Amino acid sequence: MSTATVTGSKVVSMAEAVSRVQPGMTVMIGGFMGCGNPHGLVEALCVAGLTDLTLIATDTSRAGFGIAKLVEQRRLRKLYASHVGLNPAVAAQLNAGELEVELVPQGTLAERIRAGGAGLGGVLTPTGLGTPVADGKPVIEVDGRRFLLEKPLRADVALIAGSTIDRLGNVWYRGTTRNFNTVMATAADLVIAEAEHLVEVGAIAPENVVTPGVLVDLIVEGDELA
Amino acid sequence: MTAPTSAVSHASLDRAQVREIIARRVARELKDGDFVNLGIGLPTEVPQYLPDGVQVVLESENGIVYAGSCTTEHISPYVVDAGGQPASCLVGGAFIDSATSFGLIRGGHMDATVLGALQVDAAGNLASWIIPGKLMPGMGGAMDLVVGAKRVVVAMEHTQKGSPKILAACTLPLTAVACVDLIVTEMAVIRVTPSGLLLTEINPAFTVDEVRSATGAELAVAELVVPML
Repeated sequence: MSTATVTGSKVVSMAEAVSRVQPGMTVMIGGFMGCGNPHGLVEALCVAGLTDLTLIATDTSRAGFGIAKLVEQRRLRKLYASHVGLNPAVAAQLNAGELEVELVPQGTLAERIRAGGAGLGGVLTPTGLGTPVADGKPVIEVDGRRFLLEKPLRADVALIAGSTIDRLGNVWYRGTTRNFNTVMATAADLVIAEAEHLVEVGAIAPENVVTPGVLVDLIVEGDELA
Repeated sequence: MTAPTSAVSHASLDRAQVREIIARRVARELKDGDFVNLGIGLPTEVPQYLPDGVQVVLESENGIVYAGSCTTEHISPYVVDAGGQPASCLVGGAFIDSATSFGLIRGGHMDATVLGALQVDAAGNLASWIIPGKLMPGMGGAMDLVVGAKRVVVAMEHTQKGSPKILAACTLPLTAVACVDLIVTEMAVIRVTPSGLLLTEINPAFTVDEVRSATGAELAVAELVVPML
């Protein structure tokens, strides 16, 4: 069997990777309560001093862990998330008028991102009908059932985390770390993947690749979690 | 007429007893093989009271089908449950991504979800995610779960410090409209029917009148009200 051709290296340093993120950009970051966050990239974003970011993530983790730091260090202007309850900094900045928060039902967030990455004009979901989530959104009837039209979400940059990533960017995820990483890898202009283990092409069997390398633009090497 | 000797006043039920009464009764709602999502808090106590021979498949909406608990020596930073706590995936289970997980939830593949509530009303409307100006944790996966699961069971204390949580109409912003099938509290089991709320089971420690006075909605009483315990 032939090996896929590698043209140029996607592997860059943390500093080089985050230099592609500019103040004011919209950034998606994978993970769920810190599990599956690209911890090294988040740290590097903080060190780089980037501000005024719009963050799309399912939650803001718990104080001091993973992407919670981006809130705590006041790097965000706007946040899209489904749950912010375990990071007190969000409520504090929201109440002080320093942070704009759009709460999105978790399944709707996944589908809006998927739509953004799959070339769809949005999704029709029954979730949120009759609640504040529906405010200002069109309700569309299909075969007698009512749905809310939710628009796609895309980002300038997606930061994702993979347990094993080969030099082409093919990703395998351990445990529950895949969560939002898989959809986010499809829905940004630039996708940066943090590898816990960087391996040679061919080390991940094709049937075990969850995110295909064609979606990944840059790869950084992160630390092992355990 | 004398009160039954087993009677305990509401005030004498401590928090642990209240939780056990609710969790035990909810456990009897689940059937062998059901695919179930349990909300954080009280609902997670339900599995320990499942009747013999009943096994359910638990989902953790962050990405586990056949979720299990986790012993101290098996804690892994790679496997957490929907509360972000260490968890496990049982042999025969699967790890899935969030879009797949919520496809299972929204797509009618889930037999039941059990969750807490701030308010439930006579139309089965549920409010569980926000107290404007006070508490705004976010809805997480709750809005998808109550819209998508085949049965929605609310497991909660009957009142909040004495004020009814079961109301004629919710006053807080809703999680979803007309989604609740059954309400289980420490006082009673109440079904949501097209004509309103129906008391079907009662904790023998309480009278129907006591349940009614702790409920902020009209409560019809089934012809045969059986003990919930």
